[in-house]
Amino acid sequence: MEKPLPIVDDLTRPYWDAAREGRLLVQRCNGCGRHQWYPRVLCTACHGTDLAYVEAAGTGRLHAFSVVEKTPNIEFADDLPYVLAIIELDEGVRVAANIVDVPQEELRCELPLRVVFRPTADSSIVLPCFTGATR
Amino acid sequence: MAFPAGEVAIVGAYESPLRKAPGVHPFAIQADCVLGALADAGLELGDVDGFATAASFPTEGGMQMSISEVAEYLGIHPRWFDSTDIGGAAFITHAGHAALAIAAGVADVVVVSYAAAGYSGVIPGPDYATNAAGPGQFEIPYGPSTVSTYALAAERHMHRYGTTLEQLAAIAVQCRANAGSNPQARFRDPITVEDVLSSPMVATPLHRLDCCIVSDSGGAFVMTSRRRAEALGRRAAYVLGFGEALGQLSMNQMEDFTTTAAVHSGARAFASAGLRPEEIDCAQIYDSFTITVLLTLEALGFCAPGEGGAFVESGAIAPGGRLPINTDGGGLSSNHPGRRGVFTVIEAYRQLTGTAPGVQLPDPRTCLVSGTGGSLSATATMILGR
Repeated sequence: MEKPLPIVDDLTRPYWDAAREGRLLVQRCNGCGRHQWYPRVLCTACHGTDLAYVEAAGTGRLHAFSVVEKTPNIEFADDLPYVLAIIELDEGVRVAANIVDVPQEELRCELPLRVVFRPTADSSIVLPCFTGATR
Repeated sequence: MAFPAGEVAIVGAYESPLRKAPGVHPFAIQADCVLGALADAGLELGDVDGFATAASFPTEGGMQMSISEVAEYLGIHPRWFDSTDIGGAAFITHAGHAALAIAAGVADVVVVSYAAAGYSGVIPGPDYATNAAGPGQFEIPYGPSTVSTYALAAERHMHRYGTTLEQLAAIAVQCRANAGSNPQARFRDPITVEDVLSSPMVATPLHRLDCCIVSDSGGAFVMTSRRRAEALGRRAAYVLGFGEALGQLSMNQMEDFTTTAAVHSGARAFASAGLRPEEIDCAQIYDSFTITVLLTLEALGFCAPGEGGAFVESGAIAPGGRLPINTDGGGLSSNHPGRRGVFTVIEAYRQLTGTAPGVQLPDPRTCLVSGTGGSLSATATMILGR
């Protein structure tokens, strides 16, 4: 069974296009200046509707993680064990991603990370993932 | 309108004794539970004019319009109904909404029911709460199994407060001890902290015994006005307070991984009841995972943030402790067919009416129930009393 891939829509297409080029985007509100994740048509902080994508530095810290050893989701069975993580980007927003190429014993909250881009079964989709900042 | 504290009663309840029921459709279990709860209340199906359920998961037998499907199966045409779906906590929310409807005169006799073939009815498929479109396109591709989403909170709580795996395990050990005297409980043999820590890892830091069991079962309870409850002359537990709260569904939107929306649903429940945590005699805390209990105890104010580990390790949650919890064995050991909210209310009713199947606390006056649905997504808290 194939893993679920993002179902891209008009609002999110620039994000996935950029990921394919190795760039990580987040949204920023032109009204209040706050960064926002995930992209929406409104700013959840000031409720303004003038938002734009900006390129993120691609660095952040591991906020929370779990090494998934067993899963009922059989499409991920071949990936076990894999790391589900929440990363706090330097821009202040949090994203979900997998941590790759970090030994399990080195995983800890607040570990510095940087984005890496991983191909998927669909050549049009490249998934942002994260690895240790020093790797 | 202020919450009608003490004006609505639970007058009957029934928990299916089934734990494994291959070949039985969940609607059949629900019907058995509805009839059982009505019989306990001295009422009949013809008396029911309000109904609440949520049965849209594959193992629950229904789909998006499950309230219509289950009401049709029962052959009832309620004038008030609710199918609010916030995952496992839904039935506590239904009870709160029903209390308001009954007090407003919109319904007279409400049945809240639930059943699922969580053990036998497993349909291969993902356990995500959403799909990879819209907000889910930024999370589902990374494989957030339900256990792993709660595990994120456990890891962060351990990082921030130094909470230990042994403290989390103490919750599972206590629930199993309680299950030991409940003849209906799925697992009754005592376990130790070491047993929990040596059980297979599912998603770090949560082991298999940190996770609720999986069963085929169901339950139902009946609610009506104080006046009708008194006319029935049966044992009753009264709804003293209620609160509900929405957090998030996507884990990347969770504001604080060390607490839950129960901070708000709990505060609303205590305010509507005019009670404080110190005045609660026992509690049924939704135990999807050990971490769910620890976060909820802190969020409700039974201990300070970060002190949940010490609280559960102190014996406070045992019968005879400061706040006995999950007296029937909880979802960790007794019954969890997919969503547990209905059983938390049923066990609260049984404790307050002296009809518990297992551990019966001596004369509790108040019992709090609090549920967590989704991936630490939404909570509902209800305070019941005599």
